[in-house]
Amino acid sequence: MTKNLRVKTGKAIDETYRISFKFNGKTYYGFKGDTLSSALLANNVHLVGRSFKYHRPRGIMTAGSEEPNAIVQLHDNSSRTEPNVRATEVEIYEGLEASSQNCWPSVKFDVGGINNFLSPLLPAGFYYKTFMWPASFWEKYEYFIRKSAGLGKSPTEPDPDIYEHRYIHCDVLVIGSGISGVMAAKTAAKNGFKTLLVDEKPNLGGSTIYQNSDYFKINNQNSNSWLEKEINEIKKLKNLEIKTRTSVAAYHGYNFLLARENFTDHLPIEQRKDKTRHKLLKIRAKKVISATGSIERPMVFDNNDRPGILLSSAIKRYADFFGVACGEKNVLFTNNDSAYETAISLIQKGINIEAIIDNREEVDSKLVYEVEKNNIKIFKGYTVTNTFGYKKISGISIKQLSKDGQKVVGSRINLSCDCLGVSGGWTPAVHLFTQSGGKLKFRDEDQVFIPSIYPSDQLSIGSCNGDFTLDEILINTPKSLKEFLNIKNTEYESLEVISSTNKSKRNIWLLPSDKVLGKTKSFVDYQNDATAKDIKLALREGFRSIEHVKRYTTTGMGTDQGKLGNMHALGIISETAGAKMGELGTTTFRPPYTPLTFGTIVGRNVGEYFDIFRKTPIHSWHEKNKAEFENVGQWKRAWYYPKENENMHQAVQRESKAARESAGILDASTLGKIDIQGTDASEFLNRVYTNAWSKLAIGKCRYGLMLNEDGMVYDDGVTTRLGENHYIMTTTTGGAANVMGKLEDYLQTEWPELDVYLTSVTDHFATISVCGPNSKKIVSEVISDLDFSDESFPHMSFKNAKIGKINCRVMRISFTGEHSYEINIQANYGKSVWEKCMEAGKDYNITPYGTETMHLLRAEKGFIIVGQDTDATMTPIDLQMDWIVSKKKYDFIGKRSLYRSDTIREDRKQLVGLLTEDPNEVLEEGAQIVADVKKSPIEMLGHITSSYFSPNLKKSIALGVVRGGKNMIGQKLIIPMEKKNINVTVADPVFLDKENKRLNA
Amino acid sequence: MFVINCPFCGEREQSEFKAGGEAHIVRPKQPTELSDDEWAEYLFMRKNIKGVQFERWNHAHGCRKWFNMVRDTSNDEIKAVYKMGEKPPIE
Ligand SMILES: [Zn+2]
Repeated sequence: MTKNLRVKTGKAIDETYRISFKFNGKTYYGFKGDTLSSALLANNVHLVGRSFKYHRPRGIMTAGSEEPNAIVQLHDNSSRTEPNVRATEVEIYEGLEASSQNCWPSVKFDVGGINNFLSPLLPAGFYYKTFMWPASFWEKYEYFIRKSAGLGKSPTEPDPDIYEHRYIHCDVLVIGSGISGVMAAKTAAKNGFKTLLVDEKPNLGGSTIYQNSDYFKINNQNSNSWLEKEINEIKKLKNLEIKTRTSVAAYHGYNFLLARENFTDHLPIEQRKDKTRHKLLKIRAKKVISATGSIERPMVFDNNDRPGILLSSAIKRYADFFGVACGEKNVLFTNNDSAYETAISLIQKGINIEAIIDNREEVDSKLVYEVEKNNIKIFKGYTVTNTFGYKKISGISIKQLSKDGQKVVGSRINLSCDCLGVSGGWTPAVHLFTQSGGKLKFRDEDQVFIPSIYPSDQLSIGSCNGDFTLDEILINTPKSLKEFLNIKNTEYESLEVISSTNKSKRNIWLLPSDKVLGKTKSFVDYQNDATAKDIKLALREGFRSIEHVKRYTTTGMGTDQGKLGNMHALGIISETAGAKMGELGTTTFRPPYTPLTFGTIVGRNVGEYFDIFRKTPIHSWHEKNKAEFENVGQWKRAWYYPKENENMHQAVQRESKAARESAGILDASTLGKIDIQGTDASEFLNRVYTNAWSKLAIGKCRYGLMLNEDGMVYDDGVTTRLGENHYIMTTTTGGAANVMGKLEDYLQTEWPELDVYLTSVTDHFATISVCGPNSKKIVSEVISDLDFSDESFPHMSFKNAKIGKINCRVMRISFTGEHSYEINIQANYGKSVWEKCMEAGKDYNITPYGTETMHLLRAEKGFIIVGQDTDATMTPIDLQMDWIVSKKKYDFIGKRSLYRSDTIREDRKQLVGLLTEDPNEVLEEGAQIVADVKKSPIEMLGHITSSYFSPNLKKSIALGVVRGGKNMIGQKLIIPMEKKNINVTVADPVFLDKENKRLNA
Repeated sequence: MFVINCPFCGEREQSEFKAGGEAHIVRPKQPTELSDDEWAEYLFMRKNIKGVQFERWNHAHGCRKWFNMVRDTSNDEIKAVYKMGEKPPIE
C-alpha cells in the first residue's frame, strides 16, 4: 500500500482539488498545485529512474530545474510524447501520464542494473577505450549502447501544439522573482524604467516566500509575509510586466536573451486545444538584472545517490510548499547552517527528524541552538561514510572526521533512516551570467564563484551574486540597484532585519571514507554516473584541462549540464592536482539553461511556412496543367508536364522533340533581372563581364560571363542595351540575389566614382520564352504590329512592343539553339499572355516544357549551366569558352587570375562532351570518369556534370569535366559503375547544330 | 546577436546585416601589372585577429549600404562604425 505523507496544507496546493495521474502505469492522487515530484513523494514514491551508465536506482533529488535524476517521459504513445522532462518542473493535471525514462523493462527490474556489478569494468573513458576498435564493429556497439542507455523516445507524429515567437524590448529585465528580484523589479518600475520580471516557477517569491519563522524577520514581520506584501504591490505597477512559468534559456551578447514562456503544460490535454503552448521570447533589454538565486550543493560520499537522498533545501520546499514529508525518519547531513533552516521547518510541521550530521565541530548559531532545544541529536564533526538500501535508503554509517578533514577516525555508528537531506552549501546560479560572456572570480572564504566582470549593462544581485543570508541581501541589493539604475533612493534604505544564519561552513569536496576510493561509489555527476574515482583516474591518465576531464569522464555533459556536480568536480581536480580553484577556470555553460523543445525553437516556421517559396505569375497555370515542380533556390519551377500516364523520362522526351520540331514554351520568369542605368553603365558592364560591352548597339543583346576575382565562373546571362545609358541584365535563377549583392558591393566600395544605378526587377516582369521553327508564327500572332523579319529583328536583338495596350519587351535570344523569342511583360499580365501564346500555338502543337527539358535542349547545344557544369573551380578557359574572354580589355573582375600559375595549367579539369559506346546507355550525373580501372588506386580524372538521352539525336549525350580533357577529343575513357564499366569517347561539347543554322530556321 | 549602428539607418539587429570580411583592402588599380605573389596577397591573404579588427559590413536587409566597422572579436564590442571611404575613427 502506498503511504500518504501529506502532513499539513502546503502553501502552493489546493487540498479541495484532487487530481489523479499515472506514473509508470499506476494511478496516484495529488492536489492542484503539486508538481509531479511533490505528488509522487506524497505517495512515498522516491524511485523514479535509473542512472545512465550503471543503471542504479535513482530518486527525486531536488525541487527545481537543477534535477539530475527524476527525468521522465510524458504522454507516452501520443504525438505529444516528450522525453527528458524534469518531474520537479511538471505541474500535475487530471490525466497526466508519465513514465521513467532510463530503464528497461521496468524501473524496479532493470536489465542494465547488471552494469552496476560490472562497474569495475566501466571506468572513466570506458566508451572511448572499448568501442574504439575495430571501427567496423561500431554499428553493433552503438545499437547496444543506445538501447541500454535509453535517452527517451521522440514522437513519431507531427507536434499538434502551437508555438510562437515574440520580440520584447524593455529598459530593465529582471530574471528571478526571489526577494532580491522582487526588490529590483519594484525599484526599476517605480523609477520609470519599462521593466519585465520573469520567473521559471508558477509563482513569485523564490525561497524566501516560505521562510516563515521568528529567525528571519523584516520590519518585525516574518520574511515571508513581508515579501508577500511586496509581491502584491508590484502586481499593481503599470510599468512592470510579470511573466511566470518563463525560463530564460540563453543570454547572448548585447543583452539579447531568449526565454520560454509556458502557457499550457500545466493544463489537462483537452484544455490545450487552439492555445499557444510555448512562446519563445526574444528579449532585447537595455539593462539586465540577474536574480537567479543559487543551487544547493550535494556532498560527495560513498553511495550518495540512493533514492531518498535529497537536497536539504528540497526537503524544506516540499514540506513548506506542498505539505509533503519526504520521509518519516529523516536525517540531515550538512556542512553549514542551511540544514537547520530545513530542520526548523520540519519541526514546525511535526515531521520527525532522527539526527543531524554536521561536518563542523563547533558552531555558534541560533538555528543550531533552536534545533538542539527540540532534543534532536546533532553529530558535530561527523561525516556520512556510507548509505544502505537498494531501491530506497534504509540507513547510513557515520564516523568522526579527523582534524584536517582528510580522514575518518573513531568507530562507526549506524543510523536507520528513510530519507537523508544533504546540504553542502550553496552555488550561485551564474549560468546565464557566464553565457553572456561574464567573468567569474573565486571567493575563498566560502568556496564559490561569483560574478566579477560584466560584459554588458547588467547586474547580479542576491544569492547568484554570493549574498546568501537575508541581511546581506537586504543591505547589498538596494546599494547595487542605486548605482546600477543611477537613482538616489530605494524604499529599502532603513529596514530592520533579523537574520539568524551563521555563515560558517566546513567545505570538503570529497569526503573521506573508511574504504579506499577505488571501492567507493561517490557520485559527482548523477545524471552521467561520473564518480570521484573517475575524475581521479582521468587525472592519473594525464588529463589536466578541466574541459578535457569533463569530456573524458562526461561530468557535466548531461541535460542538466552538471548544475549540481560541477563544483565538486573542480574541487576534486584542484585538490588532486594541487592547483588553486580560482586558477583552474570553470567549464563553459551553454544555452539552453534548461532544455527547449524543437517546437519552441521553430515556432510557426513549420510545414509550408518552413521556408519562403516564390511562385511565378504563371504558377497557377502550371498547377492546373498538372506540372511537377522542382525547387530552384526559393522558386517553385515547373519541372515537366506529364500527360496521362507518362513518367518523367517520357514527358521530357516528348517536350524536347516538340520544341525542336515545332514549338515549345517555357516560363522563364524566375531568371534574375537587374535594371542598370547611368552614364557609366557601359563601363560598368565592361568591368564586371569578361567580354566587351562598349560597342553593343542600342537594341542588341549579348551573352555575358561573370567571374569571381579568383577567375572562377560566377554567373552568366544575357544583357540587353535598352538605351544609351540603360541596360537590363539577366542572371541565373539561383544566383540573382548574390549577383545583385556583388555588383552593389563593387559599385559602393571599389568604384564609387561610376555613375551607375542598380534595381532588382526580377519580380516585376513575367518572362515567356517561345522556341522552335514555328515560334515566329506564334509570337507574331500574339504581337501583331511588329516587324518580325530577320532583317528588322535578327537574333540577339530586342524590340519594344505592345500586346493590346500593354507595353512589353521582346528579345530574340535562345537558350535552346532554336529560333526563339522571349516576351517580358509586367508580371500581372504574365498568365494572360502565356494563355494567348498557347492559343496562338494550338495549330503548331505548342508544348509547354519545364526545367528538365530546358536542361536537355541546352545540353544538346553544349550550353553550360552555372552551378551544374561548373563549381567554384572552373575558369572560362576550363569551360572551353575562351571566345568570351576579351583579350583587349585592360581589366575586368577576375582577369588577373586567369593567368596565375595554377589557372594556366594544361591539366586542369576541362569541360568536354562524352558519348557512350552504347547510344542507349545514359550515364549517371556525378559518376566518376577514369582512364584505367586496373591501376590501384584508380586514378580519378573527373566526373559527369550533365547527362540525358537526346530524342533529337537519338542517343545518349553527356557533359563532364576531365583532367586535360580539351586535348583528349576522340579518346576512350571509362565510367566505372557498381555493376559494370561503361565505355565512353571524349567529344566536342556541342552535339547539335554546331553551325547555329537553327537559330534562323 | 549584436545591435549594429548602421551609419545610414541607426541601430538595427545583427540579423539585418551581412559581414563582408576585412576592411581597407583596396582592389589594385592595375592588376595586370602585379606578379602572381602580389595578386595572391590581395586575393587570398586576410587577417583573423583576436582583438580589434576592421571589417566590412552590409546592411543587406535594410538600406543595402556597405560600411566599415571596428569590432573587438574577443568580446564583440563594436568600437566604431563609419562610412565607406572615410578614415577609421580609431587607430
Ligand atoms: Zn542601413
